[in-house]
Amino acid sequence: MKVFEKSPSFYQVFERKSGPAKEATHYCPGCGHGNAHKMIAEALEDLELTSKTVFISPVGCSVFAYYYFDCGNIQAAHGRAPAVATGVKRANPDSIVISYQGDGDLAAIGTAETIHAANRGENITVFFVNNAIYGMTGGQMAPTTMIGQRSATTPLGRVAGVHGNPIRMCEMLATLPAPTYIERVCIGDSKQIMKARKAVRKALQIQAEGKGYSFVEIVSPCPTGWKMDPVTARDWMTEEMLKVFPLGVYRDESGNREEGDWHRHYEGFDPAKVNPYLDRLKTSMTESEPVALKQDLNCKFAGFGGQGILTLGLFLSQIGMRAGQQVSWFPAYGPEMRGGTANCSVNLSSRRIGSPLVDEPNVLVVMNQPSLDAFEDSVVDGGTIIIDTTIVEGKPDGKRLNAVMIPATEIADQVGTPKIANVVVLGALAAATDAFTPEFCMETLRSVIKKKSLIEMNMEAFRKGYDFVKNS
Amino acid sequence: MTDNTAVAVPFMEVNPELCKGCQLCIGVCPKSVIAISQKLNSASYHPAYYTGQDCTGCGLCFYACPEPGAIRVIKP
Repeated sequence: MKVFEKSPSFYQVFERKSGPAKEATHYCPGCGHGNAHKMIAEALEDLELTSKTVFISPVGCSVFAYYYFDCGNIQAAHGRAPAVATGVKRANPDSIVISYQGDGDLAAIGTAETIHAANRGENITVFFVNNAIYGMTGGQMAPTTMIGQRSATTPLGRVAGVHGNPIRMCEMLATLPAPTYIERVCIGDSKQIMKARKAVRKALQIQAEGKGYSFVEIVSPCPTGWKMDPVTARDWMTEEMLKVFPLGVYRDESGNREEGDWHRHYEGFDPAKVNPYLDRLKTSMTESEPVALKQDLNCKFAGFGGQGILTLGLFLSQIGMRAGQQVSWFPAYGPEMRGGTANCSVNLSSRRIGSPLVDEPNVLVVMNQPSLDAFEDSVVDGGTIIIDTTIVEGKPDGKRLNAVMIPATEIADQVGTPKIANVVVLGALAAATDAFTPEFCMETLRSVIKKKSLIEMNMEAFRKGYDFVKNS
Repeated sequence: MTDNTAVAVPFMEVNPELCKGCQLCIGVCPKSVIAISQKLNSASYHPAYYTGQDCTGCGLCFYACPEPGAIRVIKP
């Protein structure tokens, strides 16, 4: 006896779905998503893959695929399903990973992810439901919309010279060497539907055998978006869409590829090599007792890019974290790697920090002239302003503020290199605020400075900055 | 729904509450044994139904139907 019925790969009741009718899908009458879902569910069941499948839903009408498929489910950001699928597959090479996407998701916002996942030959399966329109958002033009087709954003019909031509993804991807299997099918008449079933099954089989990337484009009706009844929509699709999107196999290398060839996980990855590094960071932050803060520090560090302004902020953040304080670090800089202006905001507080921005600092570090002009007035009364006098010529208002003038770059140069002026400043900051002992700061620096050969030089720079302020 | 399980003939059945009345099953049926009901279901669709005779159990209506649980076809 043969029974055609709801696949066990679907939930029997769609509990996650809101509202009544928990056994019906949320799709419109005549929508092709339901057919595509049924084909996938049936194939997963027949190939006994359901229990190890992770289904990545896109943004679009099929965003709710996790209502329906009784397998692992992740919903990805718009267009990013192949990237998420790549991560899932590489972390779990034995799983079956399905990236299910519509045309707006796959061929517009996610074009880059689509092409590069295919180009890497990720051992995943991509089902591309092409209905030539943005369905969920209300029938706007999609990259696959037909010439002349009316949509919410092309009310007079798509014009090639204005809106471009419909994108043919199968043909595009077939120019790449890596994909194993690419086919375009459609949910049209019975013969076409049966062919589509076979393609879906084959694509999943190829992944299960570790033979690489499989891509099935399913040309599918969207009666609501097209403003047609379901039967007319199906007929328009088979008559008109297939002229632009011809059905067929665009790539089939499944016979030429060895099983397991295209697993993309790293045999050579050795956690033993990475863990000591991570452990060192961890222990250096948890070994010591919390150090109380006399007052919250709301710092702004400003200067040229390349002076180590952002790193200075990170160092202070690390010291704060290690002292058991709440910490935030927020950089602001231009596109230049060197020479532009840069500043960062650092908060150290015993309480939770609401905003990482520092508009009214109680500590301002100024390492170039424009920063003095820009930020001096924002410092709160009685706040500390630390100025690198090697570079900055101006003087702050010494009555209102606690001004600390230090030739930091000059001191750094004497220690060994002007590049560590930021550490001299850190020493000055520790001395001027008395927030932490120099020993505590230096111990933290030791554990966070990556290049071990530079540690002693940094220690000296810190000590000189600290002593300069204490002795002046 | 007709209870045809006792006799060994193929049949299809529609869950009238899950059917959305798209009529795609009607078009693909080679024997034209599916029709649309005059009644409305609770989602206010006119559901399809089996007229009761001559189903061959080919399953084409099942695959044409977008709804996972709306159509069931049994071929003894």
